[in-house]
Amino acid sequence: MKKIKGNEVSYAKYGYLFIAPFFIAFLIFQFIPLIQTIYYSFFEYYRSGLKIIGPNPVGFKNYAALFEADFGKYAGNTIIMWILGFIPQILISLLLAAWFTDIRLRIKGKQFFKVVIYMPNLIMASAFAMLFFALFSDNGPVNSTLISMGIIAKPFRFLSSVWGTRGLVGLMNFLMWFGNTTILLMAAVMGINPSLFEAAELDGCSPRQTFFRVTLPMIRPILIYVLITSMIGGLQMFDVPQILTNGKGTPDRTSMTLIMYLNNHLFSKNYGMAGAVSVILFIIAAVLCLAVYFTLNADDDSKRIKKRDRFKPRKEAVNG
Amino acid sequence: MDKKPSHARTVIAYIVLILLTFLCLFFFYILIVNATRSHPQIQKGFSFIPGHSFMKNLKSVLNDANIPVLSGIKNSLIVSSLSAVLATYFSALTAYGLYAYDFKLKKPAFVFIMLILVMPTQVSAMGFINLITKMGMLNTLYPLFLPSIAAPAVFYFMYSYMQSSLPLELVEAARIDGSSEFHTFNRVVIPIMKPALAVQAIFAFVSSWNNYFIPALVISDNSKKTLPILIAALRSADFLKFDMGKVYMLITIAIVPIIIVYIALSKYIVAGVALGGVKE
Repeated sequence: MKKIKGNEVSYAKYGYLFIAPFFIAFLIFQFIPLIQTIYYSFFEYYRSGLKIIGPNPVGFKNYAALFEADFGKYAGNTIIMWILGFIPQILISLLLAAWFTDIRLRIKGKQFFKVVIYMPNLIMASAFAMLFFALFSDNGPVNSTLISMGIIAKPFRFLSSVWGTRGLVGLMNFLMWFGNTTILLMAAVMGINPSLFEAAELDGCSPRQTFFRVTLPMIRPILIYVLITSMIGGLQMFDVPQILTNGKGTPDRTSMTLIMYLNNHLFSKNYGMAGAVSVILFIIAAVLCLAVYFTLNADDDSKRIKKRDRFKPRKEAVNG
Repeated sequence: MDKKPSHARTVIAYIVLILLTFLCLFFFYILIVNATRSHPQIQKGFSFIPGHSFMKNLKSVLNDANIPVLSGIKNSLIVSSLSAVLATYFSALTAYGLYAYDFKLKKPAFVFIMLILVMPTQVSAMGFINLITKMGMLNTLYPLFLPSIAAPAVFYFMYSYMQSSLPLELVEAARIDGSSEFHTFNRVVIPIMKPALAVQAIFAFVSSWNNYFIPALVISDNSKKTLPILIAALRSADFLKFDMGKVYMLITIAIVPIIIVYIALSKYIVAGVALGGVKE
């Protein structure tokens, strides 16, 4: 007995050994930088020409400057552009997930549609934004086609219009993410016990009733998960508006997001202000991270057995 | 009675699906067509028929000294491949450490990784740039792939996969056969994890290939730039001077390799999305 116990103790060190690289890399590349970021957010620390000013401790001055400046405006822009992409995304994804899993509809070519709608998610966002910029520029092909078809008389200047620019960002975010969300929701719907749908059909539920009374309540945890992770994605919105507006958030900074603002401070080497922006973003992200943790944990506790079932058939699917 | 409304719904479903398919493919089709057309042709508007300027556009992209495309492709390939290898191997190793062994800090370590699962890396970017400057890694490719060793989302996928497909009896059996712990991981666990490793390697490769925020802050040397930074450079250059055929060609070069890999492996990728849930 003693010997076995001794063995077990000696195995524990492998546990530490195997998780060490992860935690060392995390410590160096994320944790220490985060502490530094928070630390310097309380300092005056920027470059003016070739001269480095600071670091001089200034307390909460950077934060005060932040809220006096346009931080609120950029937060608003980020939220608006996130909503413009998220609402169509969740509606279309729910609709498609319901259709794809409806036995009565028997949609053919499901795999083809899934492959096509997921594709934009893998596209380089900056290249995608560059493509939209080229297509929707003042004398780009979209305008010349609309004019030659006689729909408009003179070019519509998408990128000089507030809602034109925001709308394009929303459209791109929608296109990039609705396939991903559809696939997640489909997996959730397929995880529902089929006898529930059979019972609903026997009770004479219409497809609409089945959707609102059975499907929607059953996939609520996944919907919350999709909502929160999408909010975190929205908080990080950068590549698309940055490339589309060349980092200026035109017109009149109405498409400037929080990360674009952070990026501007990082490029001009204003580390104090960049730190203050980062800390606020960190606080928002931490709240959302906690929310994700609890949704995943609730899922784990109540559905641990189900989850095991969930993984098996899919593993076969992965193997072919 | 029951069949008719169902029939109408099927028709509506197909119409919506075809519209969405069109929306998803249209822009990429136009991109590829425009990459084969000359500047004056592109200015006239959309066309579904490819032109004859493919080689000319390709040459003009390759010959532009301000946009070093070939070294951009090389740098992107190096960074993305190393990121994919590091993220998958070390995430599997971490997941195995927490799955197969019992130790005091096991639970706190697991809870900690789950808490940072979706934490955006941008929040620590300021300290990151500061730190790598002090470490002398500014303007090198190392800071673009080394952080991939700690990839919480990949870890979570690996851990879930082990729960469903890695019986600990196998590990015990290997132990009885006299296999060392590290050898067991490399020779027994890794082969079982292959499907999960493949799917996550693709995702890690793609997200690194597309990454723009951190590389743009780290790299300033033309010869070390990755493709997204070159795209951004093209955007901030004086746009009106450009031959549009060249612009579309550069976007095509950045996007098309991923589309080809995706089409070839789409079955596994789509299955992986459904399985994983968590993505950056």
